[in-house]
Amino acid sequence: MSDTVLSTPVLPAVPPRIALVGNPNCGKTALFNALTGARQKVANYPGVTVERKIGEFLSPAGTRVQIVDLPGTYSLRARSPDEEVTRDVVLGRFRHEAPPDAMVCVADATNLRLHLRLVLELKKLGRPIILALNMMDVAVARGCRVDAAALSAALSVPVVPTVAIRRNGVSGLLDQIDRSMMAMTTDLAAAPCGWSEPSARELRAYHQEVEGILAAALQDAGKPSLATRRIDAALLHPAVGLPFLLLVLFLMFQAVFAWAAVPMDMIDGALGWVQAAAGAALPDGMLKSLITDGIIAGVGSVLIFLPQILVLFFFILVLESTGYMARAAFLLDRLMGGVGLHGRAFIPLLSSFACAVPGIMAARTIENRADRLATIMIAPLMTCSARLPVYTLIIAAFVPSRTVAGGMIGLQGLVMFTLYAAGILSALAVAFVLKRTIFKGAREPLLMELPSYRLPSPRDILLGLLERTRIFLARAGTVIFAIMILLWFLGSFPAAPDGATGPAIDYSFAGMLGHALAPLLAPIGFTWQIAIALVPGMAAREVAVAALGTVYALSETGDALSGSLAGVLAADWSLPTALSLLAWFVFAPQCVSTLSVVKRETNSWFWMLMMIAYMTALAYGAAFVTFRLSTALLGG
Amino acid sequence: MTSPVSGLRHPISTSITLGTTSDPPSSGDGCRLGALRKGQRAVVTGLDEAAVVTPLPPGELERRMIEMGLIEGARVEILHEGFPGADPLAVRIDDHTLALRRAEAHAVLVTLG
Ligand SMILES: Nc1nc2c(ncn2[C@@H]2O[C@H](COP(=O)(O)OP(=O)(O)OP(=O)(O)O)[C@@H](O)[C@H]2O)c(=O)[nH]1
Ligand SMILES: [Mg+2]
Repeated sequence: MSDTVLSTPVLPAVPPRIALVGNPNCGKTALFNALTGARQKVANYPGVTVERKIGEFLSPAGTRVQIVDLPGTYSLRARSPDEEVTRDVVLGRFRHEAPPDAMVCVADATNLRLHLRLVLELKKLGRPIILALNMMDVAVARGCRVDAAALSAALSVPVVPTVAIRRNGVSGLLDQIDRSMMAMTTDLAAAPCGWSEPSARELRAYHQEVEGILAAALQDAGKPSLATRRIDAALLHPAVGLPFLLLVLFLMFQAVFAWAAVPMDMIDGALGWVQAAAGAALPDGMLKSLITDGIIAGVGSVLIFLPQILVLFFFILVLESTGYMARAAFLLDRLMGGVGLHGRAFIPLLSSFACAVPGIMAARTIENRADRLATIMIAPLMTCSARLPVYTLIIAAFVPSRTVAGGMIGLQGLVMFTLYAAGILSALAVAFVLKRTIFKGAREPLLMELPSYRLPSPRDILLGLLERTRIFLARAGTVIFAIMILLWFLGSFPAAPDGATGPAIDYSFAGMLGHALAPLLAPIGFTWQIAIALVPGMAAREVAVAALGTVYALSETGDALSGSLAGVLAADWSLPTALSLLAWFVFAPQCVSTLSVVKRETNSWFWMLMMIAYMTALAYGAAFVTFRLSTALLGG
Repeated sequence: MTSPVSGLRHPISTSITLGTTSDPPSSGDGCRLGALRKGQRAVVTGLDEAAVVTPLPPGELERRMIEMGLIEGARVEILHEGFPGADPLAVRIDDHTLALRRAEAHAVLVTLG
């Protein structure tokens, strides 16, 4: 190398990699976001991050640095799959990746005991370490005083105080990263890895050492959060806790209807206007049909549901950021134990109300493999947000919009709650069966930190909702849009023969497919239009609604669509058919992404096929019983 | 069921019968975290994993407990009890709060105070 190279910033071909390591819930992801500008999920319960996320930033000295956010862990012994990710990355075993060049250990300044023990363990790895002393704002508020200089001296590790959520201390951390990397280039020979799995005696020795460090660096331990204690005294009270949890969930489902009604009407009105305007502006013909029947009717019928999905996510985001999730797991541990599940399983299951995919990923925090598999297998039975459009559409068409119980409860919201309850109860029943047959074994112990309550930051909630909107619109604009065009094509060709009496779709490819499937679905009361919609609905549940929109738009014999899709369905279907379809969607495994994540997380085709088989069987059975019973009862 | 291991570190453990949630809260030495009631404070004096039934490999529960701060000298306080059966427990351990079941809390030896 020539001498001139040294004067310019060194830009290595492979950027140095830094890993963020620390106990769960200490603010690693918040710090990752602050450093990289990413928007990874930050929430107030242990076990939010379950996979490794890679980001990049430019250090003040101009070095491109790769930073890896990792799942939180109490030790490198890794007892659950998410902690295994952290262990493997840190030890350089992760898919044959080299270990990170340096580590930023993140520690919660208000709870240094546990966090410093892990830091001591990480020091054994022989890599450069920087300690980010996070949550300094909370520490100050609680009167907890840490002497950063003394801590740094006692640990012989540079210490940088930070407040990750406000980006305080980030520049100090960046400067320290530069300094540490400079030091790395001068003493190339990193110490060899001296880590081995600690025994109980070694763990105790670490704790001893921590006590010594704290004696030198912790000037005042501060007072624990009194507010948290008072709130918990109410929310974890034996008589209040569970009813309150149920009330929260019930309110959530009522709000999905009540709060979303007005914006949904507005979107509906706007879409009707666009459809009419497009219909008037375009000359009659194929293009007009594609745009009004295929695209606007199809994609539009899904777009209407955005407000409901946002209300649902609003509730979940608030629950996750306050710290109530871990409490819910605490409250339900005993009850879930009745069906053999771990209290912790509540967190993946609640996430599954939003979407089963992150829910199934979150099951990584469950230590025991049998418990984890059982949780994964039942997660799709939780009513995910993609089922909302299906449920809402049918409810709007068949359940009158009035209140019961003296005007307190909306009937439509009540039906929705019943559908959610049906999902939850059947999930528990399936878990009960699984845990007594395939997944036998004693329950894994519960050892879960209950974090202090935090006020959710309105900005974070807003950003979370915006992100949700973006994902939803992107899906509507890509996958659903493409499927609708394909479906419109299949529903329009070949064209009806001359002199045909029925709508053209009867004679099309889609019509043929629908009529071919109809005998199979007739026992459960599905029409041939439903049969058509179920096929693209295999991709994702809300696509079935879009497909119904397109199929019915194409089935119209008049020129214009007569009102909303719900109105059309109310006129076309019998009540038993509607109920049967609801029952079908409680169980049917209609989501490609869920199935593929099951395959990936269980690392086996077997469990994925098992899931398809058992859910399809349940769906058909439930729809059959619902259809027959309601037909008999209603005399239809 | 007896666990064949861990007897080395705790020679007395094999003679201890399994604790149940109905154990009355006794005072003084030889008391277990799993027998404490809401509001009681104590100091951890030792871990005795062999006293509880667990599906974990031997030594694992003890190590997990140490990693979560349940170690000799830690000050504990029962903050809240679940329902039904006053289970699980929310235990304040020095500076943090841990949820654990009474069954496993029986592995933690404490003295009141
Ligand atoms: N007051 C305060 N809160 C913080 C700070 N850093 C993070 N938080 C909050 O702490 C909680 C946990 O933050 P995360 O970034 O999700 O923690 P994590 O370490 O990534 O957690 P896991 O992924 O579960 O291991 C969130 O509620 C954050 O808003 C901070 O410096 N001050
Ligand atoms: Mg995280």
